[in-house]
Amino acid sequence: MKRAALILPLLAPGCAGIQSANGRDAVQGALIGRLFDVFLGVAVVVYALVIVYLALALLRGRRHRRRESGLQGEPAPSLERPWRIGLILFASATALILFGLAIATWLTDRALAKAGAEAPLEVEVIGNQWWWEVRYQDPVASRIVRTANELHLPVGQTTRLTLKSNDVIHSMWIPNLSGKQDMIPGRESDLALHPTRTGTFRAQCAEFCGMQHANMALDVTVESPADFRRWYEAQLVPQPAPGGAAAAGYAIFQNRQCASCHAVGGTPASGQVAPDLTHVASRNTIAAGALPMSRENLARWVSDPQAVKPGNNMPKVPLSQSELGALVAYLETLK
Amino acid sequence: MSEERPRDDYLRDGPNLTGAELDAVLDETWRDGPGLMGWIRSVDHKSIGKRYLVTAIVFLGLGGILAALMRIQLSGPGHHFLGPDRYNQIFTMHGTTMMFLFAVPVMDAMAIYLVPLMIGTRNTAFPRLNAFSYWMYLAGGTLLWVAFVLNVGPDAGWFSYVPLAGPEYSPGKRVDIWAQMVTFTEVAALAVAVSLTATILKKRAPGMTLARMPIFVWAILIVSLMVILSMPSVALASSMLLADRLVGTQFYNSYELGDPLLWQHLFWFFGHPEVYIIFLPAAGFVSEIVQAYTGRQTFGYTTIVLALCATGLLAFGLWVHHMFATGLPRLGYAFYTAASMAVSIPAGIQIFCWIATIWTGRPRFMVPMLWVVGFIVTFVIGGLTGVMLASVPIDLQVHDTYFVVAHFHYVLIGGAVFPLLGAITYWFPKFTGRMMSEGLGKVSFWLSFLSFQGTFFPMHIVGIEGMPRRVYTYPAGMGWDTLNLISSISAFVFAGSVILFVANMLLSMRGGEQAPDNPWGAPGLEWKAASPPRPYNHAHIPIVLDNTPLWNAEQPVAYGLRVEDRELVLTTVLDARPDLREPSPEPTAWPLIAALATTVMFISSIFTPWAVAIGSVPIGVALIAWFWPKGPPHPDPVIE
Amino acid sequence: MTEQPRFTTDLAPLRTYAFGHRSLTWWGIVAFFLIEGTAFALAVAAYFYLMNQEKYWPPQPIAPPGLLAGTLFTILLLLSEIPNTMAKKAAEAKDLPALRKLLIVSSAIGLVLMGLRAWELDSLNVLWSENAYGSAVWLLLVLHTTHIGTDWVDTLVLAALMHTEHGDTGRRYVDCAENAMYWRFVWLLWLPIYVMLYWLPRLVT
Repeated sequence: MKRAALILPLLAPGCAGIQSANGRDAVQGALIGRLFDVFLGVAVVVYALVIVYLALALLRGRRHRRRESGLQGEPAPSLERPWRIGLILFASATALILFGLAIATWLTDRALAKAGAEAPLEVEVIGNQWWWEVRYQDPVASRIVRTANELHLPVGQTTRLTLKSNDVIHSMWIPNLSGKQDMIPGRESDLALHPTRTGTFRAQCAEFCGMQHANMALDVTVESPADFRRWYEAQLVPQPAPGGAAAAGYAIFQNRQCASCHAVGGTPASGQVAPDLTHVASRNTIAAGALPMSRENLARWVSDPQAVKPGNNMPKVPLSQSELGALVAYLETLK
Repeated sequence: MSEERPRDDYLRDGPNLTGAELDAVLDETWRDGPGLMGWIRSVDHKSIGKRYLVTAIVFLGLGGILAALMRIQLSGPGHHFLGPDRYNQIFTMHGTTMMFLFAVPVMDAMAIYLVPLMIGTRNTAFPRLNAFSYWMYLAGGTLLWVAFVLNVGPDAGWFSYVPLAGPEYSPGKRVDIWAQMVTFTEVAALAVAVSLTATILKKRAPGMTLARMPIFVWAILIVSLMVILSMPSVALASSMLLADRLVGTQFYNSYELGDPLLWQHLFWFFGHPEVYIIFLPAAGFVSEIVQAYTGRQTFGYTTIVLALCATGLLAFGLWVHHMFATGLPRLGYAFYTAASMAVSIPAGIQIFCWIATIWTGRPRFMVPMLWVVGFIVTFVIGGLTGVMLASVPIDLQVHDTYFVVAHFHYVLIGGAVFPLLGAITYWFPKFTGRMMSEGLGKVSFWLSFLSFQGTFFPMHIVGIEGMPRRVYTYPAGMGWDTLNLISSISAFVFAGSVILFVANMLLSMRGGEQAPDNPWGAPGLEWKAASPPRPYNHAHIPIVLDNTPLWNAEQPVAYGLRVEDRELVLTTVLDARPDLREPSPEPTAWPLIAALATTVMFISSIFTPWAVAIGSVPIGVALIAWFWPKGPPHPDPVIE
Repeated sequence: MTEQPRFTTDLAPLRTYAFGHRSLTWWGIVAFFLIEGTAFALAVAAYFYLMNQEKYWPPQPIAPPGLLAGTLFTILLLLSEIPNTMAKKAAEAKDLPALRKLLIVSSAIGLVLMGLRAWELDSLNVLWSENAYGSAVWLLLVLHTTHIGTDWVDTLVLAALMHTEHGDTGRRYVDCAENAMYWRFVWLLWLPIYVMLYWLPRLVT
């Protein structure tokens, strides 16, 4: 009974979370989900049959014992014959069921291949310890959008992710939308996504990649094509040096270590080894999903990244309270 | 030459020397020396089997403590009980300890102890090699755990993927220690496999044809061949990893024409057969237990043997199913899907046969039978989730999530540990001469069985709900909190149940009911020996007429072996006709000395490659001394 | 058990040693063949796996391993089978004087082979650390050198042993015959590796 109750969340897609394979919020996820339902149904039936067989054997055996005594050794061959037939039937049935499941798998594979065949939108995602670099491809170089730790996807269209890694093996997994693909240094793989529902989802690295593997997540926003266009155009806008209240923070950013790792479009800061911060304030989370975006969390992260994600590659830069305040104020302008 | 004709003045067993008189002479010849030196120099398979078993259980406990620590950390979101560095070491150590230091050695332990008794001989083939293997195993396990205690434990996972485990991303000695521990344990397992293969093929009692061998012995023969063909892969892979890390080779470095996937192929080519190496002996246990407690020979002997062979063969064709997310060609994947599904057929066939045995027999529900029933109920779930994982699209969702963690614990604990606990209970009277407490046994079974479900079933759900593996923490609000808490609480109950089982063992060794030779009325030859067996196992070499020797009124024996020196009979491989008399080695310390020399060489070589060349010299000397005949030549050979 | 067991088979007349698969150690050695053979097969597979990912093998501008040293080694290794087979036959015939001489000859040849192997390692035109090709080449050679090195030491030990009082015993003759069998494995394994390392790159690229 306890087990049945625990299965219920599995069977209620509407109640699925933002990082759940039960979401089935894309063509891929739905195809896989349906296949899983088939396998689960078959598994439950097969299991029930095995348990019934076992239970009957235990009960029959009990009755047997009360009737006779003394050791038996090997029963007469004539008694064994129905069991031999049973064994052959059992083995054949198993093989047939497995064959059926293999066919179901093959059909799903084909459907998945078809669904991912054409992709109007191409995005390159590069895994790093412990953040994601995201580049929207465009034949015009000036229209390439470079961001980090987030993906925006238009609903109802196929986007193809090209997956790479700069260091160790990572894995891109957006359970609500699709299965995962590993990101292996020296190789390129791809993942097709055709979301069918708008919403915000969470992806997580699914291959152990070191100290902060647990805190390498990615925000995925699925929106209408119009909203997506708006977001895309906003991403292309550079962020030149601000005046007024944010200038002090801007100066700190450019003159201290920040600019050597991070990039902000429209400024001299063009570090490539850390997340692009051009529009960081427009993201839902920071530090690859470790903290929700807010002034307090920005301050918390910038003042001591090692406390939030021990062992990650961002050093603790000593900043006074006022320096910190100014820097955070600047970062908040990067919408 | 002087040994062409047997000399008449040797003391031999037979009608003129039997019973208590014979026992006295054989005991003198076959027993170990006294005290610590006697134990160190022992080459008796029973002594070596017991030390393997005790050591493996200790590692089970250590691995279990690590699991408990993990479950405390994961009992709720955002806990700070363990930081990432410690957690990553702990989950690596948990998997490594359970797979390399518990699961395979414990099966080796049971095999080393039981096989010679089951086939009617007095010792394994190459008993000094067996002794050597134990010391190597102990050394490897000690190396790993001392490193862990000193905060130099490996932290890249039990399968240590590159490039994370390579020189650039795992500096320091942690992964080196892991890789060399693999070398130690693989040498130990290979040595045992060679010994058992030769034992099973050449030392069976006259009349015990291959078709009359106990199913457990078949399982061990197949497993030994699997070890021989799969362990070299991980040995090679880990040596290549050490070379990448220590002497600058580029096997796994994609920037210098190497490939991280080469590691995965080599590792899993070993890793997949490894899990069947763990499971098949457990299947062997079940076949033996079920026949004793139903009073009939296990149904479908030939079918089960063929199923074991099929599993062993198929196991080598599945490894790519661990790599479904790496982007290899889909057409290639299809083969591995088919094979991974197909491997469930022989397993299912065995289950059918076992249940048929129960149905047509007269089952007695002693504790080992409870474990068998618990095994069937649990292992089948693991098998079914395995079929799910064989399907690439499904695997791409649940790979590297807690769904997989649930699956492999269902098949490893349900499929190997449950039968193991039943087997320990079943053969405990033979090992110790005492019965385990039936009452405590029943309590610990039910506690284990139920708490196991509570610990691991929720993991299926939480994995599908998005929780990846190998995470030291998880955020709140994902819907994972309650299920993780249930797992953690149940895990502690499960740990308690295992402690209860071990407590039962310890208490029963002192105060358990005295056991007769054959408390269960079982048919196998091991039950003809005393409980515990005399140092020489069987007084006379038995002659076997069918599959269930002790259920025969007729139990003839052979005679004529020398009894003042260690002598056994070799029989032909297929039909077990007596062929040669073979001396069996006397106790010696050379296996320990050779193991010490090898240990020094292995450990130093992770600090300097010169150790390989220099360290080989003491090893060579020790091996030569081991092999060199001691004392003057005997007309009828003696090995000292 | 107070009653007398039923004695049916007398084992006393059985001999205490035999050649070939009747010997227990034969099975141990065959098991080692399987272990080492598997290790080599996998190393060869790794070599092909890495080669398959490259357009040029060896990768440019590396030249294939120098042909002279490796070929001389191979020729001498094949020739060493002659005294090896003679030693095996002498062991099976229990011809101690012949066996003693042949073991010394085999040991001497082994020494020369180790020297040739050292020269071979010096002519590879690549270091193990340069790239995966170099690593794979050195891997195969180091594995095989360990192989031939241990069998050479085995032969030396047996050569010494057969000159002692223990020489003229049945089990020692069996040991010598089995050592000869192992030597065959050593050169048989070498042949495909020789072709792979020296000829494949020259024929394919």
